[in-house]
Amino acid sequence: MHSVNDRSRDIGEFVPQPDDDMLICRCEEITKGEIRKAVHDGMWTLTEIRRYLRTGMGLCQGQTCSKLVKGIVARELGVSPAELEPATSRAPMRPTEMRILANEVED
Amino acid sequence: MKRYDLIIVGAGPSGLSAAIEAAKRGLKVVVFDENEKPGGQLFKQIHKFFGSKEHKAKIRGFKIGEDLLKEADSVGVEVVLNATVCGMYQDREVTVRIGDGIHHYKGDAIIIATGAAENMVTFPGWTLPGVIGAGAAQTMMNLHGVKPGSKILMLGSGNVGLVVSFQLLQCGCEVVALVDAAPRVGGYGVHAAKVARTGVPFYLSHTIVEAEGEDHVTGVTIAEVDSSFKFIPGTEKHFDVDTICLAVGLSPMSQLLKMAGCKMEDNPKRGGQVPICDEYGRTSIPGVFVAGDVSGIEEASSAMIEGRMAGIAAAEYLGFIEKEELDTNLEELDSALDGLRQGMFAPKNRGKIPEKTDEGIDISMSLLKKGYVGDDEIERFPGVTRKAGIHPVIECTQNIPCNPCQDSCPKKCIKIGPNITALPAINEDNKCIGCGMCVASCSGQAIFLVDETYEEGYASITLPYEFLPLPVAGQKGIALGRDGKKVCEAEVISVKSAPAFDKTHLLTMKVPSEYVMKARFFKAEV
Repeated sequence: MHSVNDRSRDIGEFVPQPDDDMLICRCEEITKGEIRKAVHDGMWTLTEIRRYLRTGMGLCQGQTCSKLVKGIVARELGVSPAELEPATSRAPMRPTEMRILANEVED
Repeated sequence: MKRYDLIIVGAGPSGLSAAIEAAKRGLKVVVFDENEKPGGQLFKQIHKFFGSKEHKAKIRGFKIGEDLLKEADSVGVEVVLNATVCGMYQDREVTVRIGDGIHHYKGDAIIIATGAAENMVTFPGWTLPGVIGAGAAQTMMNLHGVKPGSKILMLGSGNVGLVVSFQLLQCGCEVVALVDAAPRVGGYGVHAAKVARTGVPFYLSHTIVEAEGEDHVTGVTIAEVDSSFKFIPGTEKHFDVDTICLAVGLSPMSQLLKMAGCKMEDNPKRGGQVPICDEYGRTSIPGVFVAGDVSGIEEASSAMIEGRMAGIAAAEYLGFIEKEELDTNLEELDSALDGLRQGMFAPKNRGKIPEKTDEGIDISMSLLKKGYVGDDEIERFPGVTRKAGIHPVIECTQNIPCNPCQDSCPKKCIKIGPNITALPAINEDNKCIGCGMCVASCSGQAIFLVDETYEEGYASITLPYEFLPLPVAGQKGIALGRDGKKVCEAEVISVKSAPAFDKTHLLTMKVPSEYVMKARFFKAEV
């Protein structure tokens, strides 16, 4: 197992910070405090955070916040952001309405 | 499903360059771009580019974009706009959203040239309307003709922050401060100097504490930070602003590559998640290439060369050219790219703090800390000489890859030599005729023509001027120093405009002789 994801590691208690109510993911309105708490709830990977909170799942598809979320999670875990595996990339890369996604065109 | 020899994602500088090289070699090429206009960031770049002739130096970015589009068209490249590539699958199949439908295309080779997205930083109030990216400011000003704000604070002193600050000034905005948490200016000194001399104060080792306002930005507080980037209490400074512009770096938009299964790495030196690739853009998946910022953040000039390399590599991969032709072509491009990747700001020197230039001259510390070369430092650089009569004063003090000034002088008064990062020096044997071509050719606006003996008690200074309205002969105003502070009274002698100057006007002003080495900008009296 990658050492970053060694869940037996003690990362300490959640300690409230004065800027915990600051929005990080604007599209889904997720705050810094929610992301930090999620780490203490056991969500150590960006994929888990994304499923748990919906960070990066909104209109901009994480274009703005993914690096910010990564930084917050890394700091909470006491590792460098470069050590965290980024969340999965999958289609559609850009927000696409279902009626369009389902409209396969034959060329 | 439609098939192409080569599918390129992104019609920016690297994507178009790749398309041109591939199409020239017989490939059937399509370029998809999600934007309504092609060119990527090029059409937002209204400044003259650095480099040498082969890098299209001293040509403005948007003109380079126009030329690339024309060339792409002439060699039969198909550019499809408003076409969002939203997935990349096995065997080089992509799905593209065009209009209300999803189209499938297959490429025998694919070049991903998707570029980068702007980074953000958080501070209380960062989500208020009025906090914008520097790229957004450029889009508003240079593509849509919209003024982003009236009073603006710029965060970030890299080339993007510096260039956009200058454009904001050109657009008629007031830039109240240029702020960076780093202790030193990150971008080219010449870019910093042209902003500083207009009077914009630089605050290094400072960052934003908070943005103020209820439903939009009305003010901002910055404070000094210590070496571990913690605020130092009592150093807060407040500015009334309506816009905060963020220029805090770029991240590669590499998601398509990750999705397709390319081997990736997180490389902070290249800006984040990037594909592992060789020097010609070949990724871990055969037939999938990358070029430009998506494979590591640099700038448009190197992106164009990387694009050409990837286009040629793709042609060879598909058998349109032989290995020998590939090697010959790449060798030329290698040396062109190598030329750009030299000097103090080269990728390999990132993070290092040089103390001396290649010539062994002490770097200007004032330039790194305040954005301008100190009056006590300037005369140690080889482009700065003093003599009777008209002559150029070249305030180019860092080793950057750029040499148009050398070719611009019809009298060969300026020498740089074969190494394009060398500091320009004055050839004392040749006589300056005061034509001003060097002043207009300098992408960094760092060349002045000085006549210390213009008339009894007065000197004349010719400077590059890119603001409107243009002052007129006889107009009185004040001369500002390199630091943007008032030096003395000044009077405009002439303002010259010529097609050869490419919209850089040459403003000549008269100042008392004792200020000849201090006065560097003209401000009209209001």
